[in-house]
Amino acid sequence: MYDLSTLAAGSILASLVLYALLGGADFGGGVWDLLSRGPRGRAQRLLIAHAIGPIWETNHVWVVVAVVILFTGFPKAFALISTALFLPVTLLLSGIVLRGAAFAFHSYHLHDEGGRNSRWGTVFACASLLTPVLLGVVIGAVSSGEIRAHETYSVGASMAWLSPFPLSVGLLTLAVFSYLASAYLILETDDPGLREDFRLRALWSSAAVAALMVAVPLLAKRGAGDFYHALLGNDWSAGLVFLAATAALGAHVSLMLRSFSVARACVVAQASLILAGWGAAQYPYLVRPDLTIPAAASSQASLRLILIALAAGGLLLFPAIFLLFWVFKKDTVFGRTNRS
Amino acid sequence: MTELELARAQMAMMFAFHIIFAVAGMGMPLLMVIAEAAHRRTGKQVFLELARRWARGTAILFAVGAVSGTVLSFELGLLWPRFMEFSGGIIGLPFALEGFAFFAEAIFLGIYLYGRGRVSPVLHMLAGIGVAVGGLLSGILVVSANGWMNSPAGFLLRDGMPIDIDPIAAMFNPAWATTAVHMSLAAFAASGFAVAGIHAYKLLRDRENLFHRHAMAIALWVGGSAAVLLPVSGDFSARFVAKDQPVKLAAMEGQFRTERGAPLRIGGIPDSKAGTTRFAIEIPRALSLLAFHDMDAEVKGLEAFPRTDWPDPLPVHIAFQVMVACGTAMAAVALLAALLAFRNRESLFRPGFLLPAIFCSPLGIIAVEAGWTVTELGRQPWVIRGVMRTSEAVTPVTGLALPFVFFSVLYLALGVSAALLLRREVSKSPSFPASADTSAAREREE
Ligand code: HDD
Ligand code: HEM
Ligand code: HEM
Repeated sequence: MYDLSTLAAGSILASLVLYALLGGADFGGGVWDLLSRGPRGRAQRLLIAHAIGPIWETNHVWVVVAVVILFTGFPKAFALISTALFLPVTLLLSGIVLRGAAFAFHSYHLHDEGGRNSRWGTVFACASLLTPVLLGVVIGAVSSGEIRAHETYSVGASMAWLSPFPLSVGLLTLAVFSYLASAYLILETDDPGLREDFRLRALWSSAAVAALMVAVPLLAKRGAGDFYHALLGNDWSAGLVFLAATAALGAHVSLMLRSFSVARACVVAQASLILAGWGAAQYPYLVRPDLTIPAAASSQASLRLILIALAAGGLLLFPAIFLLFWVFKKDTVFGRTNRS
Repeated sequence: MTELELARAQMAMMFAFHIIFAVAGMGMPLLMVIAEAAHRRTGKQVFLELARRWARGTAILFAVGAVSGTVLSFELGLLWPRFMEFSGGIIGLPFALEGFAFFAEAIFLGIYLYGRGRVSPVLHMLAGIGVAVGGLLSGILVVSANGWMNSPAGFLLRDGMPIDIDPIAAMFNPAWATTAVHMSLAAFAASGFAVAGIHAYKLLRDRENLFHRHAMAIALWVGGSAAVLLPVSGDFSARFVAKDQPVKLAAMEGQFRTERGAPLRIGGIPDSKAGTTRFAIEIPRALSLLAFHDMDAEVKGLEAFPRTDWPDPLPVHIAFQVMVACGTAMAAVALLAALLAFRNRESLFRPGFLLPAIFCSPLGIIAVEAGWTVTELGRQPWVIRGVMRTSEAVTPVTGLALPFVFFSVLYLALGVSAALLLRREVSKSPSFPASADTSAAREREE
């Protein structure tokens, strides 16, 4: 049952989960930069820049990995998605460009000018707000069942992404990324004021995520019927959704109790479970309803090599990533449990 | 412009932009590591300052390189979905391996930039080396994909679809070796000369400044060594192209007729309608000699191929001339530098040398852009030579003018901002007067 193509599709999902947990939180940081205000606005911005600085480029590579596996393992799906979703993917790209470049310029100014926000800081923050929405929209659109292969190849780009279901997935993505960022940022500082700021933000995001976790399936029922039935009708995905809801509850309660390490672990679990649940419901499709995993897969030889390359690369990569996080996040990720 | 032309223009614009930062991403880390090593060996403060500043510059260049590269990997699908559908499974391997090179680069750059003082000096140095190696590997791997487009290998065609796919053979396609060597050298030459020229410019007015002296010396070492090797490697490339892609060679040289003992044309304007190259200085039989190492070898002209398979010789020929001219100038300046350094090192810092060095500053980048124009336009009308035409690969989506204009404006803004930030980095010259080298007073730091 677990043939090579399923494994390759699974590695795309795994890269997406890592992108969400790591890169997604960097986007969330940008959102909080945009919303930073109050007496500690400047301190908040500096904390965010400081937390993201050394790691964002590495975190960003996960999306490149996901795309590369997609076009190597499933070239048909890559062609279909980039044709049908030409517009949102193009917008997504401009968001990625602006976020990355603007952050680099912005942090250059921050170091130089002692925390003054530059115009690039604003660009960075706005791009961080838009990009997750577009990413979610693309994910929502490929599950919606509205992208049809034959129409795409004759007509070109589809407008199916501009409907309530994909847009709600976009908002969910934004909310989850912001939630992750706030949960991480609490543990990035010892300043009680800052901790309280981000705790409040985390609690609000938690509520937003919970509301969207209800809204998305409701909208799917109307806008993406097949996906809705797969999500709640399939034991796997229904189970994962249930677990995600449990983790959500756990995260919220631990935030209320100021048990921040537990909260962070729960948020991470929640975000991963949401994506895993999406994956289980989407299985065996890459693009519903015309393109399944086996139908889009490239040759066995290519799949085998790509999986070998991933495994071998992973052996080198994970220790290096571990080193990076060890150097910069020793205290916050590996160290002391919460001291609140 | 037709949609196809718009797609091509957008692709060309994005590559032309990315390649500048990619070249910096391959070359700058090496300069940075050399400066760091010099600091470790001599304990001199000036090298540390140099390593720091180069690292800060690299951080900006790297960020723009990373995002513009990410755009490219999506654009391959957005603009050329049929191309990717056909070739994704065949040439995905080098792209996937490249992903790991990117990771290495990004991880080690993070450690290098932010880790000074946090990690041990040895680890810090190793991180710098990791960035340099990762950058080099990215370039070499991605060039494999491009080599495959020029010399497709590792599959058989049946009914227009690939079968019997062998990704390893595709990755080790015949064009890879020469192209990868040439590209890597070009990256070192271009970054080395660009940096050397900037410091030479500062030295014009501040001749005693040790900071700029050491900076120029290191950059010249790197750029100059690569620049003297480039014509040699270029000769291998040209001979490979002559054998493997004779149409491209004909376009590069403005050669319309098939002839034995073909002349080498310097300058000149190929006129496809008239089937001749006008106003060129012709060196008799030199092309046959260069391309086949035999004065009487037959060189195929464009007319030996169907008209529909011709690339446009005008831009290809001109771009090739530009590359070779830049390469010749850079190699000459590199040899001059070696001679001066050998005779009397002080003369390297006199205007007699500084002015040529400044003149050469942009030539490496220009040569890189020109060289890629040769490779890409010389492959037309094919996207995969002999297998798929560019017109068959393009997306059915219309309205491509919009993203083209949008990304052009965006990239222009990014390029200008990056340039302004880099200018600030150089313009605030730190002052290291000549006496600093000997005084130990500055060795407090760390
Ligand atoms: C600093 C940059 C630089 C310099 C000085 C030169 N080149 Fe170059 N050349 C490149 C940078 C470059 C490049 C941009 O990197 C290309 C594009 C594709 C590639 O692999 O390298 C290239 C391509 C390229 C090709 C086409 C290869 C192909 O399409 O497969 C040929 C034949 C040459 N070069 C030959 C030369 C010669 C004879 C030079 C003599 C001086 C020379 N190059 C100098
Ligand atoms: C590995 C690297 C590269 C790959 C995979 C690649 C791929 C492509 C593809 C798919 C196209 C569109 C199809 C076509 O017009 O043939 C294209 C066009 C083009 N690329 Fe590249 N390219 C690479 C490197 C570069 C670089 C570094 C440049 C640099 C400056 C460049 C310049 C161009 C130009 C000028 C065109 C437009 C040619 C035309 O008018 O059609 N390419 N490339
Ligand atoms: C000959 C052409 C090319 C060379 C030499 C080259 C080289 C590089 C280098 C050295 C980097 C590291 C970033 C930096 O230091 O600025 C980079 C980044 C990148 N390149 Fe290119 N590249 C080329 C063409 C391409 C093409 C055709 C693609 C995609 C299809 C691509 C995709 C990327 C991506 C995704 C990144 C970002 C990686 C990250 O997130 O760090 N590049 N490239």
